[in-house]
Amino acid sequence: MSSIQATHSADPLIHIENLCKSYGLQDADGKTITTQVLFDINLTINRGEFVAIMGHSGSGKSTLMNILGCLDTPTSGSYWLSGRNVAALSSNELAHVRNQNIGFVFQGFNLLKRMTALDNVATPLLYAGVNRANSRKQALEFLRRTGLENFAMHQPNQLSGGQQQRVAISRALINHPQLILADEPTGNLDTQTSSEIMLLFEQLNRDQGITIVLVTHEDDIAAHAKRLIRLKDGHIIVDKNNTVATTLHEVT
Amino acid sequence: MNLFAIIGEALRALRQNRLRSGLTMLGMIIGVAAVVLMLSIGQGARTKINETIAAMGSNLFIVVPGATSSGGFSFGSGSVRTLTINDAYAIAELSSISATAPITSGTVQLNYAAKNWSTIITGTTPNYFAVGNWKIESGTVFTESDLRSAARLAVLGSVTAKNLFGDEDPVGKTIRITNRPFMVAGVLMAKGQSLTGRDQDDAVFIPITTSERQITGNQFPGSIRYMLVQGKSADDMDIAEIEITQLLRQRHRIAKGKENDFTVRNLTAIADVATDAAKIMSIVLGAIASVSLLVGGIGIMNIMLVSVTERTREIGIRMAIGANQRAILTQFLLEAMMICIMGGLIGLLLGIGGAWLVSQFADMLIVITLGMIGLAFLFSSAVGIFFGFYPAKKAASLKPVDALRYE
Repeated sequence: MSSIQATHSADPLIHIENLCKSYGLQDADGKTITTQVLFDINLTINRGEFVAIMGHSGSGKSTLMNILGCLDTPTSGSYWLSGRNVAALSSNELAHVRNQNIGFVFQGFNLLKRMTALDNVATPLLYAGVNRANSRKQALEFLRRTGLENFAMHQPNQLSGGQQQRVAISRALINHPQLILADEPTGNLDTQTSSEIMLLFEQLNRDQGITIVLVTHEDDIAAHAKRLIRLKDGHIIVDKNNTVATTLHEVT
Repeated sequence: MNLFAIIGEALRALRQNRLRSGLTMLGMIIGVAAVVLMLSIGQGARTKINETIAAMGSNLFIVVPGATSSGGFSFGSGSVRTLTINDAYAIAELSSISATAPITSGTVQLNYAAKNWSTIITGTTPNYFAVGNWKIESGTVFTESDLRSAARLAVLGSVTAKNLFGDEDPVGKTIRITNRPFMVAGVLMAKGQSLTGRDQDDAVFIPITTSERQITGNQFPGSIRYMLVQGKSADDMDIAEIEITQLLRQRHRIAKGKENDFTVRNLTAIADVATDAAKIMSIVLGAIASVSLLVGGIGIMNIMLVSVTERTREIGIRMAIGANQRAILTQFLLEAMMICIMGGLIGLLLGIGGAWLVSQFADMLIVITLGMIGLAFLFSSAVGIFFGFYPAKKAASLKPVDALRYE
C-alpha cells in the first residue's frame, strides 16, 4: 500500500510507519475475536501543519487520534513523535509526553467538574511539578488570552459551551505543546461559536506555529485545515492539501 | 506533581462529597473511639490491680489452717485452729524466710466519745506492718516489748480513724474495744481495696498477745487464724514453700502419706493470675474494638471503589492532561488516608471524652497513655493505606483511553 503525503519539510513532528491497531474481544465461549481497526497506516505530519482527519464512524479516526495522543498504544508499527518512538514508551513516559508535548481538546470539553476554570487550566502545570501559586498565575494569563479572565472563578457548569471549550483550549495550551489534538471540538457548539473556535485554532496555528490535528465529520469545519486526511475502514483513502488549487489524490 | 498539590486535590475531592466523606469517616471515628475507650479501660484495670498488688507487699505467702477430718467428715479449711503463734516464730527462723506475722481476727465494736464503729480487729506482731507493706500516717505502731507486755495499744486503719475521730487527731486518745480501754498508738495510711474487694483500711490492729488474752481468745491457746510469711527473694519462693510445708508437717507430727492440716498459698502467684487476667481483659477489649475499626476500613474501601468507578472519566481527563499512574494512585490513597486520619483524630477525642465520662460516672480508673494515642493514630493511617490501596491501584491502572471513553 502506498500513500501520498502532502508537502514535506525536513522536520516531521509525527511520523507513523505501518501502524496497525486491533482489539481483542472475548466472546461468550471465551474465544478471543480480534477486530482490526487500523491497517498499515503510514503518515507524516510536519511541524506547523493544520490537518483535518475525516471519516465515518467506525472508520478508525478516533482510534488514530487516541494513538496520536499517546492515550492508546498501537498493536504494531512505529510512531515517532518529535523524533521519539513513543510506541516503545512506558505508561509514565507517555503521561509525561501527554503533559508536555500534546494538548487535548475534546468534543464534550472534558473539564473537571466542580473546579474553577482557573484550576482546570492550571492542573496540567501541577502535574508538571509547578507549585499551585505559580500555576494559577500562568493559568490566569492563558485565560486572559482567550478572553476569559472574568470567568476564572466560574465552574464549568456556569459557563456556556463556547466558554467551556475556550477553557479547554487554554488548558491544552498551558504547557506550550507542539501538538494540539482536537476531537470534534465543535461537535457540541452552535455554528457561530464553532467558527469562533475554529478561528482561534487557525490563529494558534498561524501565529504560534502549533501543529493542529483535528477530527471532524463536518466539511465546513475541515475547510479551516490546510490538509485533509480521509479514513475509511481503517485505511487512509484521501490525503490532500486542502486548498482550492490542490487536486484530490485518491489512494488505491 | 508535588505532594501539597495532591493533598489539595484530595481535600477538594473530599469536600465535593461532604455527606459521603462524613459518613465514611464515621466508621473510622467509631472504630478509633472504641479502641481508645477500651484500651483506656483495660489499662485502668491493670494499673488498679498493679497498685493493689504493690500495696499488698512482696514475696508473700499466706498460711491458713487446713481442713481436718474426723471419722470420715471433712470440716473444711480453717475449721480447726491447727496453726499457732509458735509455728509462725519457727517459720521465721527458716533460711528462705525474712519475716512472719501471725494473725488472729474477729469483729469488734469500737467506741470513742459518743461515736461507735464496728470493724475487723487484727491481732498481730509488729512485723505485720512491714510484711503487709503498710505505711504510717501518724504516730507509731506497737513494738516487740508492747507485744511481750500485751499492751493495750491500737493502730487504726484510715477508714476506722475517720469514722471514730473525724478530723480530730486520734494519736494518744483512748478508745474502747469491746469496752476495754486502748490507747491509739498510730494511724495507717490508706491502702484501698484488697484483690478480693475488701476495704483494708476499715480495720484496727492490736498486739496478738493482747488480742489473744482479752479480745479474740478461744479454747485453743496460742492458735491463730492465719499467718503472713514473707520470703527473702522472689526467685526462691518455690524453695520457701517446700521449707514451710516440711517444717509445719514436722511440727504438727503429720505422718507420711497423711494430708497437711494447713495450706500454703503463694500470694504473688495469685497476684500474677490477677495481672494476667487484667492483661487478657484489655487484649480482648482492644480486639473487640479493633473489629469496628476493621469494619470502618472495609467501609472506606467500599466507598473508594464506588468513587473510583464514578470518577473514571475524571481519571481519564487527568491522565490525558499528564497525570501519571503515581499521581492518580497518590491522590486516591491520600483521600482514603485523610478520611482515616481525620476520623482517627475525631475518634481519639471522642474516645478520650468517653473515657473521662466513664471515669466520672462509673467510678473506674481510666488511664490514657501517649502510646495509646500514637497507636490509634498509627492504626487509622494503616487502615487507610491498607484499605485505600486497592481502589487507588485500580484507579491508577486504568488505561487512559478506556477511562476517557467511560460514560
